[in-house]
Amino acid sequence: MEAVLFFGAAIGALGGAIGVVAMRNPFYSVLALIVHLFSLAVLFLLLTSAFVAAAQVVVYAGAVMVLYVFVVAYVGGGGESAWEPIPGQRFLAPALALALFIELSIAVLSSALLALGTHGPDVPAGFGDPAAIGRLMLEKFLIPFEASSILLLLAAVGAIVLAGRKREGEAA
Amino acid sequence: MNVEWYIVLSALLFTTGAVGILVRRSPMVILLCLELMLNAGNLALVAFSRMVGNQQGQVFAIVVMVIAACEVVVGLGLIVALFRRKLPLNVDDLRELRG
Amino acid sequence: MTATSWAWLVLLLPLLGSIFIGLGFRVLPAKVAGVIGTAAIGLAFLCGIGALLCLLGEDAEARHHASSLWDYASVAGLNIKLGIYVDPLSVFMVLVVTGVSTLIHLYSYGYMQSDQGYHRFFSYLNFFVFSMLLLVLAGNFVLLIVGWAFVGFASYALVSFWYRRTTATRAGMKAFVINVVGDIGLTLAAFLIFRELGTFDYGEVFAKAPQVFHTNQWSATAICLLLLVGAFAKSAQLPFHTWLPDAMEGPTPVSSLIHAATMVTAGVYLIARTHTLFVLAPTAADIAAFVGLATLLVAGTIALVMTDLKRAIAYSTMSQIGYMIMGVSIGAYSAGMFHLMTHAFFKALLFMGAGSFISAMANKQNIDEMSGFGKAMRFTSITFICGGLALAAFPGTSGFFSKDEILAYAHARGGMYDIFQILGYFGALLTAVYTFRLIFRVLPGRPCKEAQELIDTGHLAHETPRNPATGEEEDTEVGFPGAEHHIAEQSPPMKIAMGVLAFLALFAGLIQVPGVDSVVTSFLEPVFADSPLAAIEPSVGAAWVGLGIGAAISLAGIGIAYWLYVLRPETPAALIRRLGPLHTFLANKWYFDELIDILIVRPALAIGRFANRVFERFVVDGLVTGTAETVRGSGGVVRAVQNGFVRSYALLLIAGFAGLALYFLLSSS
Repeated sequence: MEAVLFFGAAIGALGGAIGVVAMRNPFYSVLALIVHLFSLAVLFLLLTSAFVAAAQVVVYAGAVMVLYVFVVAYVGGGGESAWEPIPGQRFLAPALALALFIELSIAVLSSALLALGTHGPDVPAGFGDPAAIGRLMLEKFLIPFEASSILLLLAAVGAIVLAGRKREGEAA
Repeated sequence: MNVEWYIVLSALLFTTGAVGILVRRSPMVILLCLELMLNAGNLALVAFSRMVGNQQGQVFAIVVMVIAACEVVVGLGLIVALFRRKLPLNVDDLRELRG
Repeated sequence: MTATSWAWLVLLLPLLGSIFIGLGFRVLPAKVAGVIGTAAIGLAFLCGIGALLCLLGEDAEARHHASSLWDYASVAGLNIKLGIYVDPLSVFMVLVVTGVSTLIHLYSYGYMQSDQGYHRFFSYLNFFVFSMLLLVLAGNFVLLIVGWAFVGFASYALVSFWYRRTTATRAGMKAFVINVVGDIGLTLAAFLIFRELGTFDYGEVFAKAPQVFHTNQWSATAICLLLLVGAFAKSAQLPFHTWLPDAMEGPTPVSSLIHAATMVTAGVYLIARTHTLFVLAPTAADIAAFVGLATLLVAGTIALVMTDLKRAIAYSTMSQIGYMIMGVSIGAYSAGMFHLMTHAFFKALLFMGAGSFISAMANKQNIDEMSGFGKAMRFTSITFICGGLALAAFPGTSGFFSKDEILAYAHARGGMYDIFQILGYFGALLTAVYTFRLIFRVLPGRPCKEAQELIDTGHLAHETPRNPATGEEEDTEVGFPGAEHHIAEQSPPMKIAMGVLAFLALFAGLIQVPGVDSVVTSFLEPVFADSPLAAIEPSVGAAWVGLGIGAAISLAGIGIAYWLYVLRPETPAALIRRLGPLHTFLANKWYFDELIDILIVRPALAIGRFANRVFERFVVDGLVTGTAETVRGSGGVVRAVQNGFVRSYALLLIAGFAGLALYFLLSSS
C-alpha cells in the first residue's frame, strides 16, 4: 500500500518537475509545479510529517503559487526562441546533471550509513504533529524562527519597493 | 519504503531542476526551477528527519519554505520591475557584466 | 728624498696639471693654462733628474726600488699593489718622456694659440704624459695595463681633438680599436703570467720566471707572443700599424709627442722591460725581430711615395720603431733604448718643423704644393734639416751612432742575425732617400705662392679653412683648427723648443761613441745584467767599420735624393710612369687597410647584420613576443569564460559540483 502511494506520488512529482522544465508556456509550468507540490505533500505524509505536508499545501501551493499565477498573468510570457547562444549548453546541461544524479545515487546507495536502508525507527504517535513542531520551534529553534519572520518582513518591504509605482525622475 | 528511495528521488528532482535552470531562458521559469530544487532539498530534509527519528529536520524544512517564499517574492518583484521598464525578459539579454 | 718619492712626484705633477686645467678651463686664461701645463711637465722632468741623481748615488746592483702606495686588490692569492718600480730603465724613460714632453708643451703653447680648445688640449696632453709615466713607472703588470689603457685613451682623445672633422674622429676610433686589440693581448699575457707564476709584481715575476720556465716552453712563448701583440699594436708594427698614418689627423704637437717620441715607443719599452721572459722564449724574440725588420722595410718603401708631409714622417716613425723593436728583440737592449732617445729628439723636431710648414701653407699638407720654403722660413728649414740629417744617420749626428749601434750588435751576434744587419743597412738607405726627398721637395726651388707671400709680406697666407685630406670646407670654431696659424719664426716658444731639439738631434749621439764613452749602456747595464744577450758586445773595431758603412750609405742615400729631386727633377715622374703598378702598390700602403677590411671588418659587419636580422628578430624577439603572445592567448581563452551569460556560469557551477562529487566518491572508495 505504502509502495503504491509512494510510486504514485513520485511519478506525480517527477512529472510535475519535467513539466516545469519542458513546457513552453510559463503558465503551464506554474500549473505543473503545483502538481509537483501536491505530490510532495503526499510524500511528506508518507514520512509522517503531517505539519510539513500541511504547510506545503497551504503556504507553498496555496500562497506562493498564487503569487506566481498573478505575476504570470500580469507579465505574460511568450515562448523562447529555439536558438541557443551558448555553444554546447543544450548538450552539456543534461549530461552534467545526469552525471551529478548518478554520483549522488552512488553516494547514497553505497553509503556506509546503514540506517538509510531502513524505514527509520518506530516513532511515537505524535510525530510530526503541529504541537511537536510548535514546541520545537518555540523552545529549541526560537532564534531561527524569529529570524525567518524578520526575513519575511524584509522580503515584503523589498518586494513593494522593487515593484512599486514609478517615482518622479525614474525611467519608464 | 526505505529512506534511500526518498533520497534518490530527491536527487532526481534536484538535477531536474538544475537542468531547467541551465536550459530555460525566461526568468519566470528559472525561478520555478529554483523552487523545484528547494523542494527537493526539503524532501531530503524530511526523509532524514524520519530516518533519525526526531523532528528537527521538519522544523528546518519549514524554515526553508519560509526562505523560499521570501526569495520568490523578491524574484517576482524583480521580474515585475523588469516588465515595467520594458526590458527583455530573457536572461541572455541581461549580460552587461562580462569580460 | 728617495728615488721613489721623486718618482711619485713625477707621476703626480702631470696628473694635477691635467685636472687643474681641465676643471678650471672657464676661469683660467688661455696663456695661464699653457704655462701650467708646460710647468707641470717641466717640474716632472726636474723630479726625474732628482730620481736619477738618487739612483746614481747608489751602487749599480742596488739601483732598483719598488714602492707602493696602497694595496689595490688583496684576495685569494691575488696581491696587486698600486706600486711603482724605479730602476735605470724606468728613470731613463721618465727623462726622455718628460724632457721631450716639456719641449712639445712649449711648442704647443705657441702653435695652438688660436685654437678654441686650447685648455682641453693642454689638459689632455698632461693626462697623456701622466699615463705614459704611469706605464713606464708601473711596478706590476696590472698597473702597466692601466697605464697602457690610459695612454690609448689619451691618444684617442688627442687624435680626434678636432672633433668636428669626421676624418679625425674616424681616425681616433681606428687608433683606439687597434690599440684595444693590443690591450687584449697584453691582458691575456698578464693572465698567463699570473697563472704560471702566481704574481703580477715585476720583481717577483722576473725572479721566478727562469726557475719556472725552461727555454721555449710553450707557456713562456705564448706569454711573449701575447706581449708582442700588445707591443705591436701600440708601436704600430705590422700587422697592427694601419692606425698610425691615420692618426696624423691630430694636431701636429700630438703627432710629435705621441706618435713619434713617446706612445709608440711603449712597445719597445715593454719588450725591454720583459726581456727576462723573452730570453726564455727565443722563438718569440726572433719573431719580434723579424716583424720589426719587416715593418722597417715596408714602411720605408711606403714613405718613398707618400705625398702628405705628416704621413711620410709617420711612416718614417714606423720604420725607425722597427729598428728599435728589432734591437731589443735580438738583445741590443741599450742600443735600442739609445735609438729610442735619439729618435724622440729628431722625430719630434721633424714633426715640429712640419707643423711650421703646414701652418705656412694654411693647413695644407701636400708636398706637391710646397716648394721654396728654404728662403721663406730660414729657422724652420735649418732645424728641419738638422732633424733630417739625424734621421738619415748623417755621420756625427745622434741618429748615426744609435742606428748603427743596433746594426753592429746584430753582426756581433752573428749567424742568422747578419740578415738584420744587411737589411738594416738597406733600410737605412731607404731612410736617407725618403728623408731628403722631403727636404729637397719642400725647401729648395722656386717659392710656391704661400712661400712667396711670406717672403713678400711677412704675413702668412690665409685661405678658407679646409680639411687637408678631403678638401671639405670647415670653420674655425671649437672642434676645428683655429683661425690663425703659427710658424716658428713668429713664435718664440716654438723657436726655443725646436732649437733645443735641433741641438740634441745633432749632438746627443756623442754620449755613446764606440770606444770613447758609453753613457747609456753603462747606466742601463744593471737592468739587463741577467740576460746572456747583453754580454755580447761588438768590438770597437767592428763598431767603427759598421759606422763607416753606415756613413757611406747615408751619404749615398742623400746623394740619390739630391740627384732625383734637385738635379734631374723630371726623373721621379718618369720612374712613376715606368714602375706604375709598383708605385700604385706602395702608394696604397701595400693594401693593408683593404686587407684588414676584407679579413676583419666585413665579417664583423656581416655577423652584426646576421645578429640583427636573424637572431634578434627571430630568436630574441620570438622568445619575448612569443611569451607575450602566449600570455595574451591564454588570457583570451580564460576571458571567453566570462561571457555574461548567467546560464553558462550556472553550468560551470553544476560542472564543478559534479566534479567535486566525483572526487569525493573516488577518494572514499
